[in-house]
Amino acid sequence: MSDHAAHAAAAHPDTATGIDSRKLAIWTFIGSECLFFATLISNYLVHKETWLTGPGPFPHEAWTSPAGKVFEPIIEIPLVTLGTALLLFSSLFVVLALANAQRGNRRGLLLWLGCTLLCGLFFVGMQVYEFTHFVHKGLTLKTNLFGGSFFVLTGFHGTHVSIGVLWLFTLWILAWRGKLTADKSLNLEIAALYWHFVDVVWVVIFPVVYLIK
Amino acid sequence: MATTALGHRAHAAAGHAEPTGIWSWITTVDHKRIGILYGTTAFMFFLMGGIEALLLRIQLGSPDNTFLSPTTYNELFTMHGTTMIFLAIMPISAAFFNFIIPLQIGARDVAFPRLNAFSYWVFLMGGLFLNVSWLFGAAPDTGWFGYANLTSRQYSPGINVDFWLFGLQILGVASLAAAVNFFTTVLNLRAPGMRLMRMPIFTWMSFITQVLLLLAFPVITVALILLMFDRFFGTNFYVPSGGGDPLLWQHLFWIFGHPEVYILILPAFGIISEILPVFSRKPLFGYAAMVFSGIFIAFLGFGVWSHHMFATGMGPIADTYFSLVTMLIAIPTGVKIFNWLGTAWGGSIQYKTPMYFALGFIAMFIIGGLSGVMHASPPADLQQTDTYFVVAHFHYVMFGGSIFGLVAGAYYWWPKMFGRVLNERLGKWHFWLMLIGFNVTFFPMHILGLNGMPRRVYTYPAGLGFETLNLLETIGAFILASSFAVFLYNIYRTWRGPRNAPADPWNGATLEWSIPSPPQEWNFAEVPVVHGRDPLWEAKRERSGPLPEPARVSGEGIHLPNPSYWPLVTALGLTAMMAGVMLIHHLGPWGILAGGAIMLFGIFNWVFEPAG
Repeated sequence: MSDHAAHAAAAHPDTATGIDSRKLAIWTFIGSECLFFATLISNYLVHKETWLTGPGPFPHEAWTSPAGKVFEPIIEIPLVTLGTALLLFSSLFVVLALANAQRGNRRGLLLWLGCTLLCGLFFVGMQVYEFTHFVHKGLTLKTNLFGGSFFVLTGFHGTHVSIGVLWLFTLWILAWRGKLTADKSLNLEIAALYWHFVDVVWVVIFPVVYLIK
Repeated sequence: MATTALGHRAHAAAGHAEPTGIWSWITTVDHKRIGILYGTTAFMFFLMGGIEALLLRIQLGSPDNTFLSPTTYNELFTMHGTTMIFLAIMPISAAFFNFIIPLQIGARDVAFPRLNAFSYWVFLMGGLFLNVSWLFGAAPDTGWFGYANLTSRQYSPGINVDFWLFGLQILGVASLAAAVNFFTTVLNLRAPGMRLMRMPIFTWMSFITQVLLLLAFPVITVALILLMFDRFFGTNFYVPSGGGDPLLWQHLFWIFGHPEVYILILPAFGIISEILPVFSRKPLFGYAAMVFSGIFIAFLGFGVWSHHMFATGMGPIADTYFSLVTMLIAIPTGVKIFNWLGTAWGGSIQYKTPMYFALGFIAMFIIGGLSGVMHASPPADLQQTDTYFVVAHFHYVMFGGSIFGLVAGAYYWWPKMFGRVLNERLGKWHFWLMLIGFNVTFFPMHILGLNGMPRRVYTYPAGLGFETLNLLETIGAFILASSFAVFLYNIYRTWRGPRNAPADPWNGATLEWSIPSPPQEWNFAEVPVVHGRDPLWEAKRERSGPLPEPARVSGEGIHLPNPSYWPLVTALGLTAMMAGVMLIHHLGPWGILAGGAIMLFGIFNWVFEPAG
């Protein structure tokens, strides 16, 4: 088989299911990741009832230390709502980027993929700010079980977002150098599936951590 | 072997010479070579785990023995369990997944050959990582289950638990990468005509195993992450004084741990479901029932974890639920056993070594299964918990089940893997020594356990009536070890003999027997077309006789993936990163950053090199 024929075969998957193997693999991986985040979220919920006895601060409840120091509820819903909204929009943007990639429209691809990246970067930046802010207010991993399960849960989600940003940025560079052509749009589609998944997980984490008292 | 054939083969994009010698093994992406790497590495670890067991048995051979210190005893039983589960049974199964699945489904390789190499290298690193702890005199000593809060900094201040924690984390990456790969391979790379319900039963059981791996390993990953945060970063997830809950560990561990039991046994189920029909000269009895009972076992496997925790006092509702669902598993398992018996029933049985081990599997596994049903009853379980009765039970399913099945598979597929049939007479010596040694070792443990001998205790006083049976068990353990000496000698003798195995030494039914032994690098010169469940038997029936010996072909023009060393570099980076976390209080973030950089470097080069 010549190189050319190999590429043609890659563009039209000749698999038993008709689904490209890489696409099936990312779906499989996502299925596995569901259990990863389900366990982390369960860990957060399991401790939710017991952490109130420990030292504050807490997400939704004010707490007065034995020494009389008052800790206000620590969660800031407006900022995180903005981050959440932008993350959700980024899912739309990556769909638009993919549509442009499939049509071979490099400018549209660069624009929408760039928007996706900016949203992702904003979200990561928001999280860095939030973590720093919490530490200044006296909440660390060690403070109480809210601190521990909050930082671990949102931290691992943030790591996933960061990996997604790195992945999409690599694709943006390839697109910029004209190497993400229409016949290779599957590369973007796979990254986009991962990106959507990371968004959907946040759709669960956001109400669990921020909205439910 | 294939070097002469490869000399003729034009290399697509790479244009470089085919690597040879050790470099060809380091860069290989061939599923058959990776399978052999998995098999040999895992067998080495199996021997190590066996030596650990012998040391434990010497210690327990007589009362008040001082052969091992309590500390060493703890380290040995922890490493024995961890090694046998994660470094022996799982990767020996993975060796068969690698070598056999692509051949059974008529594929040229797995879906992601380099990811496959990555899985192997990560597994090797994880195994070495765990065992390097011996050199530091700090082997893990908290049991393979690592119960909180024994694993906390307070009670385990040393680095022993850290080796275990990060070693398992590394091994988890290997298992998950392999599971994604084989899940995709089985679904996507089946030859034309091989519908799901025509797949060989070993491929089916392996496929179910991949699903279990995909869904169970993330849970232990998180459980270990939480333990890491407790030990290194001051959280209190499992620490009662900080509001945490040690039982959370047990729940998370067994939500992983019980499916893990089926991860260990389902491949063996698949192997003997291949062997019984071939050596009974009859198709597998109740193929569909076998497939669905396998699926049912896997499904129920996620709903029974707390039967490992009856002694924690969960209350009558939880006890009742977990007890009932556990007993329910006896139904699909019983279906399998009756179908195996139905397969052999009335067959023209060929008494070859693989068949011996397959029949031995059925008998031993039934004993282990029956004591399993006994544990399912909470009042009985409360008597048996933490006694040798439990040790007897899980060795009957893990050794009497998994190891008998895997050894059966080794004798069955050895000619396909290496082109040499293992010696029958030595094989039968192996079988009888193993069967007798196994039962002499483990059967008395039932009695000792019911008489109250606790497990995980390094010695026992004289005068409790434990002496005779313990001495007997120790003798049995050495008989068992001698059976593997016979196996090693058999391998050595066969190795020195001629490579003359025919393509189909056993009158097999599945596609792997249609190609030369050992197969050429591309497996199938022409992709086969499948019309039924036993394609080779159908072909033989049509010809009214055996098939002609397949010729070795030049392979000119067959497209194969290029060799690559980037999977190894990535695996090294991953391991360095884990070691970096372990040493974070000594190196600061630099170890993690260095390891992460190597890993990223590996990934980027991997992604952008021509895959071929």
